[in-house]
Amino acid sequence: MSLLEVKDVTMQFGGLTAVTNFNLHINNDEIVGLIGPNGAGKTTCFNVITGEYIPSKGSVFFEKKDITKARSDQVTKLGIARTFQNIRLFKDLTVLENVLIANHLNVKSNLFTAIFKLPKYQKEERQMYEKSLDLLKELKLERFKNEKSSSLPYGLQRRLEIARALATQPKLLLLDEPAAGMNPQESIELMKLINEIKEKFNLTIFMIEHHMPVIMGVCKRILVLDHGLTIAEGTPKEIQTNPKVIEAYLGVETIA
Amino acid sequence: MSKKVITSLILILITITLLIIAQNNLDSFSLRILNLCGIYVIFAVSMNLINGFTGQLALGHAGFIAVGAYSYSLLVMDPQLKEMNFFLKPLIAPLNTVHWPFLPALILAGLMAALAGFLVGAPALRLRGDYLAIATLGFGEIIRIIFTNTQSITNGSLGLKGIPAPDKFLFFSMKNSLMWWVWIAAIITVIFHFLLIDSSYGRAFKAIREDEKAAQAMGIALFKHKVMAMVISSFFAGIGGALLASLIGTIDPLMFRFLLTFNILLIVVVGGMGSISGSIISAISITILMEVLRALDQGFMGLPALPGLRMVVFALLLMSVVLFYPKGLMGNEELSWNKLMNLLKKPLLLKEVKK
Repeated sequence: MSLLEVKDVTMQFGGLTAVTNFNLHINNDEIVGLIGPNGAGKTTCFNVITGEYIPSKGSVFFEKKDITKARSDQVTKLGIARTFQNIRLFKDLTVLENVLIANHLNVKSNLFTAIFKLPKYQKEERQMYEKSLDLLKELKLERFKNEKSSSLPYGLQRRLEIARALATQPKLLLLDEPAAGMNPQESIELMKLINEIKEKFNLTIFMIEHHMPVIMGVCKRILVLDHGLTIAEGTPKEIQTNPKVIEAYLGVETIA
Repeated sequence: MSKKVITSLILILITITLLIIAQNNLDSFSLRILNLCGIYVIFAVSMNLINGFTGQLALGHAGFIAVGAYSYSLLVMDPQLKEMNFFLKPLIAPLNTVHWPFLPALILAGLMAALAGFLVGAPALRLRGDYLAIATLGFGEIIRIIFTNTQSITNGSLGLKGIPAPDKFLFFSMKNSLMWWVWIAAIITVIFHFLLIDSSYGRAFKAIREDEKAAQAMGIALFKHKVMAMVISSFFAGIGGALLASLIGTIDPLMFRFLLTFNILLIVVVGGMGSISGSIISAISITILMEVLRALDQGFMGLPALPGLRMVVFALLLMSVVLFYPKGLMGNEELSWNKLMNLLKKPLLLKEVKK
């Protein structure tokens, strides 16, 4: 079944066209990768899907619902969560608080029930804590729960961002360069983690990545973007041998 | 009952005991300052919600205080007094005969200020940072200018005089019932804000302060939560304004210039953006300091009287606070039992080591 459908999206910033006629179709239970040289428009695609930008042309459908013009908090409520390329944790808050905040969108108590801690809210709050702690346990962050999130080492901050995104209970998870700045060892752990959470939380994943070993190891299908144009789509093997892709990354051999 | 509830109950009891002692021992001038302290606690804590916790630099507080002060005054003054006040232009129809008791007037004053907060916040909170500051500053001034020019509602620049103070606290006649109203209102304000910050909504506010984009990506509706914080903040500003009006007994639009906003902002910054206990400590100490330093103006230790010297000293004190505590006295932490204990323990431990 199709989960996300991006149709002919073009994104222009003034005179600059960042993405041209981008089409994407993601089925349930897939892991799809998006690669491309720097400035190819990968993050712009993410921002269009998550409602950060409204595309100049084209439309985005999630579970057959038009979300082209939805705000990013509405998109998250529908079930698309994301992480950021440059980590955006709530730095001054603790690890546990970071995850608790992601639970806020499911809070049904109104402001006054929450302030006066009426039984309905207390129950919700308890559930929130339990869920968050379970999630932290799942991602092996439990022993840092009372640390400030900015005091975590880099790799764990990335992991916490994933935990926070998972706490919104998404159906589709968008990962923006999850392996950026990681050493080979950490990258391998990350690959394992992505496969694990996919199974455990029944997720569909769409990720941007530069580390070829990670993306080739995790994704079954890859899209290649260059200068805003989709230049190739296929299995990792097909992509590796595609002349257009090699040209985009390495340039063309010219005979002088 | 949890440890938290017990400590808060003990703290409230201590405050009330101190108030009883103050009521019996202080002269009327000191009592006035004590009341002013309570009112500034309300102002500072409420401003901290929008500025410190939600991270929106909104500078319209004086406007909301004015709305609260005027609504309260127009409700509690008796018709005869109103006629005496409005000698240039009579007060418009329904207002000239209303005569409400204290508590309903106080609450309505808060609600009117909250409404003003909503009307200002709805357009202004679409802006961010400096732009928001400028817009809210402008709105605050607009409120004041409207009050200056609506002669038949607010008596314009003549102001209102003879605003009565409550003669009863709830149903008890007290020697100094205003003090009880002020401090009970301050205690309720503080408890309310602690509970709010401790709830899921409070966490959402803090998330907005930390990173708006990430907060929105976590499903927090930015605009809704910002307006929520603004409305709550202005509600308490209105309550504080009403109490200020009944304490001073006379109000005019010039009282509510942006200087008032900056005074409160200063208290919040000195106490620490995002710390309720910091706001309380700094509101009380700055209000008292402003009065104690008055002695400097009258000449001391053989120096001739130099009007304005207290502001110089005050400025120096502020600068040293900002130099040594760049995040305010408390940063964004709360005063807690454990921290106090640790502070006490440290010197003791050192002594033991020396032995």
